[in-house]
This record gives sequence, structure tokens and C-alpha cells, in this order.
Amino acid sequence: MTYLHNIGAYFLMIAEMFRKPTKWSVMKQLILKDVDDLIIGSLGIVAFISFFVGGVVTIQTALNINNPLIPKYLVGFATRQSIILEFAPTFMSIIMAGKVGSFITSSIGTMRVTEQIDALEVMGINALNYLVFPKFISMLLYPFIISIAMFLGILGGMAACVYGGFSTLEDYIVGIQTDFETFHVVYAFIKTFAFAFLLATIPSFHGFYMKGGALEVGKASTTSFVWTSVAIIVLNYFLTQMLLS
Amino acid sequence: MIEVKNLHKSFGGVEVLKGISTTFEKGKTNLIIGQSGSGKTVFLKCLLGLFDYEEGTIAYDGKIFSQLTEAEKRNMRAKIGMVFQGSALFDSMTIAQNVMFPLKMFTKQSKSEMEDRVDFVLKRVNLDDAHNKMPSEASGGMQKRVAIARAIVNNPKYLFCDEPNSGLDPKTAIVIDNLIQEITDEYQITTVVNSHDMNSVMEIGEKIVFLKNGLKAWEGSNKTIFKTDNEVVTDFVYSSNLFKKVRKMYIDDNE
Repeated sequence: MTYLHNIGAYFLMIAEMFRKPTKWSVMKQLILKDVDDLIIGSLGIVAFISFFVGGVVTIQTALNINNPLIPKYLVGFATRQSIILEFAPTFMSIIMAGKVGSFITSSIGTMRVTEQIDALEVMGINALNYLVFPKFISMLLYPFIISIAMFLGILGGMAACVYGGFSTLEDYIVGIQTDFETFHVVYAFIKTFAFAFLLATIPSFHGFYMKGGALEVGKASTTSFVWTSVAIIVLNYFLTQMLLS
Repeated sequence: MIEVKNLHKSFGGVEVLKGISTTFEKGKTNLIIGQSGSGKTVFLKCLLGLFDYEEGTIAYDGKIFSQLTEAEKRNMRAKIGMVFQGSALFDSMTIAQNVMFPLKMFTKQSKSEMEDRVDFVLKRVNLDDAHNKMPSEASGGMQKRVAIARAIVNNPKYLFCDEPNSGLDPKTAIVIDNLIQEITDEYQITTVVNSHDMNSVMEIGEKIVFLKNGLKAWEGSNKTIFKTDNEVVTDFVYSSNLFKKVRKMYIDDNE
């Protein structure tokens, strides 16, 4: 019953988020601040993880292709497919559920605990619009992060491939160009937009409706990470089934 | 003036407010006092419209809050200033930005007009050099004064304070109490203070509503509270030895 209640409350929160909009002059600043916190602030970790995971994917693929009949360019091909289809949109989103998601839950949760949300409501401000809507809008730039993750993942793969001596630079470049389908990138970005929505709203829900003190803020952050990850994995399955089958 | 009639509020079948009726007068510092768990905070949150209630009415200058349209409620809330127990300042803003916040949200003033008003109210609460500090850099007393400045910056008609001097040393607590009283007199607003601090009761309690177990047990002022024979009130007020002595001195002086 609690799960059903929470799912209902989540959808009501989304509807409420669009009501009674905050003054544009204030909202503009909130959006810019959230772009800085959520998007710009995530670039470093995304670049670092993508580059090295791209390298690891390439090494693993190369080590598992030891049949001389299989062409060397397949390492680049497999790396590209893994990174564009799954690693960048899905697994990066799960990492972001930890990074961005816990930031959102803890910052909104702390506002709840310290009565800052009550202060907004007493003033007659729609706290959901004021707090969650700018996060939702700034997360529309999330595909930008994923594009960087794709590029750096493939670049990391190339570095690992060439400097690890698994194949030549030419083979790798041929591999990443082989059988390229534009729709795979479109599919990846459709998923990215859907995950961006979840990343902005599920952690906000857990922060906004939390009860208790500082300990509960920590618990809410953990719960929000778990549920955001679950939602991303489940949605990933359905979107893949719908778009690629 | 705020008029409350027969207010009932329950949580999960447990009745917390059991039919409270009272009046909070304009230009006076009205205190709600009572032990922890007596329903003070719930009562205050009902007055602020943060909690819905099952029965009764709350009228702000004759307008019953629950009968107002959403737009009217929003306009009404813009006339309310609130000082929270923990100050509830926005962590991500400087002190000046915190005070400017209601002006930014509800007025069409230019930046310089807003800055002038912020300077004025910060000076009014004796914080003229704290504009660029973050709330985390301010002491408890300073945070309370900033919260008061934020509450009054938009010229409210009603000021609510939830335990405004909790966690403060006695001297700073008196400064805050006096500031609330001065502002109430100066701007002729209706001030409602939720407190269980007896110093506040004696200093600023022009009207006192005593709650016990969700009921109004007594009503009076700081002048009449010493004379009351109501056992519930005397148990609460004279629970400390200091106040027992004060009462004895008061009675001896008047005999």
C-alpha cells in the first residue's frame, strides 16, 4: 500500500510542479544555478569515468577476441556499440543517480528539516515549482553530458587499444565507423531524456516529502538512489523493447 | 485582528486541538503558551494555513481563510511574516538576499528600491554590517534578527513567531523579545508568538492564551497571570523556584 501511495504522490507532485509558476526573473536564476550544480558540476566525474571505462571495455573486448579469423577492427565496433547503446546513457545515469540524485535529495531534504520549505509555503510560494521545476529544466541539458560521455568513452577505448597494443589506430577508427546506424544515437538520446526526467524528479520527491532530522536526510538520499536506479533499469528495459525490437 | 472559532485538528484519529476559540488583537503581542505537546505548534501552523483543520474558522480581519479563493489566499499569505524556531534562512543566499527574497517574489520594485528597503530593515534590527554574510556565518541571535527582518521587509499585517528565543542566551532572548514588541507597536501589526519561555511571557505578553492538552485553559495578560488562581496556569508558570519567589514578592508587595 505504501508503494502505491508513494507512486500516486509522485505523480501528484509532478502535476503540482507545473502549477503557480514562480516569477521568471527569480526562476531564471534558479535554473542557471541548477545547471551549474547538476550539469557543469558533473562534467569532471563523467569525463573521468567515461574515459577509463571506455578503455576497460576495449581491453576486455580485445582480450576476448583472440580468434585470428575475427578482424581487429571489431574491437572499435564493439566499444562503440557498448558505449553508445548502454554505457553512456544507462550506466552513466545510474552513476548520476548517486551523484546528482543524492545532491538533490539531501539539499531539498535539508530544506525540509530546517523549515525552509515551510518558510516558502507560508509566503504563498509553490515550493514544488520553486525547487523542483528548475531542476527539471536544467536536466534537459543532461544529453549534453551523455554526448561527452560517449565521445570520451570511445576516445578512452582508442587510447587503451592503441597504447595497449591490441590493434592499430586505423583498425580502431574503421571499427567505430563500421555499420554505424544513426537511429542508435537517437535511441540513446531518447533514453537519456527519459532518464533525465527520472533523475530530476525521483530524488526531489524523496527530499521534499521526507520526515525527521539529519539522519533521515541520509536515509532519504540512499532510498532515492535505490529507487532512481530501479526506475532507470526498468525504463531502460521497456524503452529498448519498444525502440529496438 | 485574527479571530479563531472552535478550531479542531486531529492526526490519525488523535485530536490535538479540541475546539479552541480566541482573538489575537491588532497592535498587540499575543502569546500562545503551554507545555510541550499542548498543541501550540499545531495551532500556529493552522493559523498559518500550513495545516488543514476539520472544524472551526480562522478569520483574518473578518475574512475567513478557508473560504478564500487560491488567489486570495496567496495575497493573504503575502501579508504574513513568519519567524521560524530555527530561523529557516535560505542557506544558499547571503543575509541581504534572504531579506530581499519576499520583495523579489511579491513586489515590482527596482533593484535599488529593494536594496534601500533591505538596508532599512537590517538597520532596524541592528544588523547594518551583515549584508554579505552567509547565514552559517551568523550567530543564533543574528539569525533570529535576520529572520525578523525578512518577516517585516514586505510590511506584513500579521507577524507569527515560533519560539523566537529558543536556544538563545537570556540577554539575547530579551533583545529579540523587545525587538518583536517594538516592531508590533511601530507598525501596528497583529503579532502571535508561540513560546514556553516565562521571560517572554513577562516581557511581551500583552495577551496570553494558555493551552493544555489541545484546549484553551486560560486567557489573560502578563499583568493578570500573577493574580490568577487557575491551577493549570500556576503549575506551569511557577514550576521554577525563581518564579515562585517572584510571585511571592509580587503578592507581598500588593498586600
